Amino acid sequence: MSKEKASSRPPRNDSKDADEYVISAQNLSKTYGDVIAVDDISFNVPAGEAFGLLGPNGAGKSTTMKMIGGVSQRTSGQLTIMGLDPDQHGPEVRAHLGVVPQQDNLDEELRVRDNLLVYGRYFGLPMSYLRPKADELLQFAQLTDKAKSKVDALSGGMKRRLTIARSLINEPRILLLDEPTTGLDPQARHILWDRLFRLKEQGVTLILTTHYMDEAEQLCDRLIVVDKGKIMAEGSPASLIREYSTREVLELRFGSERNTSIGAELVGIGERIETLPDRVLIYAEDGEAALEQVSARGLHPLTSLVRRSSLEDVFLRLTGRSLVD
Amino acid sequence: MTEPQAATVSGGGGAGPVTLRRAHSPEISAARARRWGAFYYMEQVLRVMKGYSWTIVMYGVGQPVAYLFAMGVGLATLVDANSTSAFGGVSYLVFIAPALLVSASVMTAANEFTFPVMDGFKWRRIYYGPHASPLTPSQIASGHAMAVTLRFVVQSALYFVVVALFGASPSGWGWVSVLVATLAGLSFGLPLMAYSASIKEDKGQFAMVMRFIVMPLFLFSGTFFPLDTLPLVVRWIGWISPIWHGTELGRVFSYGYEEAPLLTIVHIVFLISLAAVGWVLTKRQFEKRMAS
Repeated sequence: MSKEKASSRPPRNDSKDADEYVISAQNLSKTYGDVIAVDDISFNVPAGEAFGLLGPNGAGKSTTMKMIGGVSQRTSGQLTIMGLDPDQHGPEVRAHLGVVPQQDNLDEELRVRDNLLVYGRYFGLPMSYLRPKADELLQFAQLTDKAKSKVDALSGGMKRRLTIARSLINEPRILLLDEPTTGLDPQARHILWDRLFRLKEQGVTLILTTHYMDEAEQLCDRLIVVDKGKIMAEGSPASLIREYSTREVLELRFGSERNTSIGAELVGIGERIETLPDRVLIYAEDGEAALEQVSARGLHPLTSLVRRSSLEDVFLRLTGRSLVD
Repeated sequence: MTEPQAATVSGGGGAGPVTLRRAHSPEISAARARRWGAFYYMEQVLRVMKGYSWTIVMYGVGQPVAYLFAMGVGLATLVDANSTSAFGGVSYLVFIAPALLVSASVMTAANEFTFPVMDGFKWRRIYYGPHASPLTPSQIASGHAMAVTLRFVVQSALYFVVVALFGASPSGWGWVSVLVATLAGLSFGLPLMAYSASIKEDKGQFAMVMRFIVMPLFLFSGTFFPLDTLPLVVRWIGWISPIWHGTELGRVFSYGYEEAPLLTIVHIVFLISLAAVGWVLTKRQFEKRMAS
């Protein structure tokens, strides 16, 4: 595991505490009965980093997030958040965090702005602070004109933004986001990403889980690829792609009948060939050159596409499976 | 309170820089939540209740007016013409008023401690919002129960005012029945809250509770006629019923109903014990379900 390599990365801001980890997990495990949800994982997150957990559904990402969030006790291993053990100091740990859960749990019987006020009260924050803060956060979440609306009148993207605004009411330095954009349309996702970038610029540590590789590439400084409760790889999106994939990928479609049988005829082109039910992927430094070689062999795919490698390719390489089934 | 300091950071959808004020430190948040967390969650439940405050007022005022007219005035003319001796020498109106007060509280408990609890854990998962904050599961349970307790008090007080206006509470101690009704509500409601917190799937259990527990308790708890007029085969329902214990206690205060002093103590101990057991089970259930 490239844990040491990751921990020696340069500090991200000028703070002298930047080298200290805000989150540290060592040999962390969680089992539910016979099911091992998280299997002996270790990672460290320095302040100000955007750290991602990438993996398919059921990989153990949400369970890890719940343990970091101080709402689920670990089965074994060590875990500290801001130097505190969440199993011992639950309220103290949670007071440091902002949490955006996978499923929105806004209070739909309260109005939009009231959701923020009520949530701020859980941190003992006085109304004199909360009233202007709620207005600022509504502006940040582009929901100012919805302040007096009932929550159930909001679209999915608006609810998600409200949940993020709610998580910021206590000005957390660590924000946990569990699948923040699942179920949102592309435009809503981009608005949300923009808001998260702004937080990152402010030095907020972002911990996010996702099964969207574009999201991980966009937002994460560093990530761990998780599958079946274990860490498969760790690094920045670019370094993972460099390490586990080629610069470019040639995607060929020969029709569902021939995709599986054509592999033998392509041997020798590119560095590696991956045959999927709907397409064949040829990993090569130069995709166009690889395509020329394919044509030179007298093979004529129905469609061809040269693209840069993505985290999807990294995941495919590591697990032999596609990320989003 | 923390003095807000201005710190300018960029934010807002292209609307220019926003002045963000400083929240107090996480350490202060945690310390306050440890101390006052249950009250913070109570505040949330009360805000939601504000949305249906009209229902609460109707329960507190509309229902007693309707019942007291129908039973205490309409039916009472027949009953009282027959004899008042069966009701300890008081009018039928005076006899049923404490029972209606207690029953209203128990029925409210049956509403507030069933569906909203299921909503908190399952449907809209409302409990999991505060669960991610410094609040603990036990504080969330406490906050919910405290808010409902407040509703019992307010509703029973309104109810009592109407009862008093009908002249149905002759004793100067009648107001104590507001507290009795509140206690009866908790005595029935807290064990029910523990049960609701244990339900993973809604298969109509709450409708069963209403039909096969709340209704029989309402009818066979000495509400409309003294319990000892019932045959022994059903009289036991009253003995285990918070409505009966609450009603008898209410009668002692509202018109000086004479019963053995020991029995009065039994009523109080029974109601408090049931509430206490319900409370312990509720907290345990909340902690177990939310810590998994």
